[in-house]
Amino acid sequence: MRIPISALIGLFMTASFFLIAIFAPWIAPYGMAEVVGAVWEPRSAEHLLGTDNIGRDLFTRMIYGGRTTIVIATFATILSFTLGSFLGFTAAVIGGWVDQVMSRLVDLLMSIPTLIFALVVLSVMPVTLPVLILVMGLLDSTRVYRLSRAVAVDINVMDFVESAKLRGEGRMWVIFREILPNALSPLVAELGLRFIFAVLFLSTLSFLGLGVQPPASDWGGMVKENKEGIVFGIGAALYPAAAISVLAISVNLVADWVLNRTSDLKGGRGG
Amino acid sequence: MLGDGVRLVMNSIWILLAQRIALGLLLLLAVSVLIFVGTQILPGDVAQSILGQSATPVALANLREELGLNDPAYVRYLSWLGGVLQGDLGTALSNGQNISEQIGKRLGNTLFLAFWAAVVAVPLAILLGLMAVRYRNRWPDKLISGMTLASISLPEFFIGYVLIFFFAVKLRWFPSVATVYDSMSLLEKLNAIALPVTVLTLVVLAHMMRMTRAAILNVMQSAYIETAELKGLSAFDVIFRHAFPNAISPIVNVVMINLAYLVVGVVVVEVIFVYPGMGQYLVDHVAKRDVPVVQACGLIFAAVYVGLNLIADVVAIVSNPRLRHPK
Repeated sequence: MRIPISALIGLFMTASFFLIAIFAPWIAPYGMAEVVGAVWEPRSAEHLLGTDNIGRDLFTRMIYGGRTTIVIATFATILSFTLGSFLGFTAAVIGGWVDQVMSRLVDLLMSIPTLIFALVVLSVMPVTLPVLILVMGLLDSTRVYRLSRAVAVDINVMDFVESAKLRGEGRMWVIFREILPNALSPLVAELGLRFIFAVLFLSTLSFLGLGVQPPASDWGGMVKENKEGIVFGIGAALYPAAAISVLAISVNLVADWVLNRTSDLKGGRGG
Repeated sequence: MLGDGVRLVMNSIWILLAQRIALGLLLLLAVSVLIFVGTQILPGDVAQSILGQSATPVALANLREELGLNDPAYVRYLSWLGGVLQGDLGTALSNGQNISEQIGKRLGNTLFLAFWAAVVAVPLAILLGLMAVRYRNRWPDKLISGMTLASISLPEFFIGYVLIFFFAVKLRWFPSVATVYDSMSLLEKLNAIALPVTVLTLVVLAHMMRMTRAAILNVMQSAYIETAELKGLSAFDVIFRHAFPNAISPIVNVVMINLAYLVVGVVVVEVIFVYPGMGQYLVDHVAKRDVPVVQACGLIFAAVYVGLNLIADVVAIVSNPRLRHPK
């Protein structure tokens, strides 16, 4: 099996991001909320990327910010996958009105732009980490639902599923032992795209001030913190924004390769 | 005979259209319910969020009474919907302003921005898509896949701030803040929104371009294209005169879907460029927990989105030759 060079680069970069996220406290030279210098100091030997809007080390903030972004996005992806695929498989296996009701509900949820609906919900919910993960995971599970339902509908009519049903296996057996193992490969390809969506979505919410709340900060929140510097020619906000882009591109390169290997299912940007 | 046949065909198109439009209206109604439910029946308490954790029970009870929170949910929904249908979006909790008036001013600005982004992005995407077909499997194709990768990976604020950093701050070609007033001339306004329009264009360009390319390539496999090629027509004639007209339906469809995305992408872009539009208004009032404003803006954004998707479907029905000439 030959892995294309772009996928290798993507894999290497993605792995690096995750390693940095895991070992953040050992890598970061300063404390996350520690004020160590003047406001927006330029790059120097002590501060590799300079300092931020209140004099914290930007390099340190980048490492911790990446950790926050990656951890929250991972949890949201896990939630959307577990929920979306379980409901999608269930709808496909049970069929009938259960399938109809669930699918029409998902159609309805998907007819509202995700960002708009998230803003509506966040206007009444307290903006805490569990709420963020829940909102992101729930809204994104609609896409996983559609994919896993479509995949499961095809598998559901295969002989081995028929025989499992005929020998009297319960629905849970059919879902977890017959359908799930056979639906894994298209779902794995989708996993990367959903993770990117979660990263971009969380960053956007935090950039709008409705995601991770200070003093904790993810990359999107760091863009917000430092954006006032841009008009003075201080590029501090560009580093976290670039980091989000590089992470998304890296995961995309891997996802593209997996997608090309499995099928032509392709996710868009998703309003 | 012929007349009857044509009438029959027209009837079936009308029936399809009527069905699709009725479905769209039903969807809008359901969307309004969902937006209402999203803000009203969730565990969060509006009165509590306005007054904060330290509010006294008496103050809470008074505010609940004032906001009509003691009525059953469906009564509140119906009175809200009734108001919306008459153009009354209620008053903002945070400053008591009339929401319809506020939105009226800002909706125009947002549509102005989205309109110019569409004016730039749509012809550019179609032209580049055609070029990509003409030079398929060569470097323009590689460029397209690269741009697609970038456009689904880069957040709007990255593109936005990079443009501000280089074109507004370093080169001073454009203002960094896109403020528009009524007294500005069109040219001044266009200069002010040049950078936000560029961001929006870049965000939707790649997808439209790729879909245009795919739609035309699909048509290029037909027998009549081969005939045109064998007649000795130039590659551009084949693409423009024979392939493009037959690919219009899928292209219009993807354009509409991207315009729908544009209307949402505008939210973030307005915040980046401090542009006085609907998106900025919505985001400000989410932070203030001003539920009536959020509901109104959410409903309008969702309605535009649903509407553009509806138009996409209608265009697909009308321009589908198989529906016009059924066997």
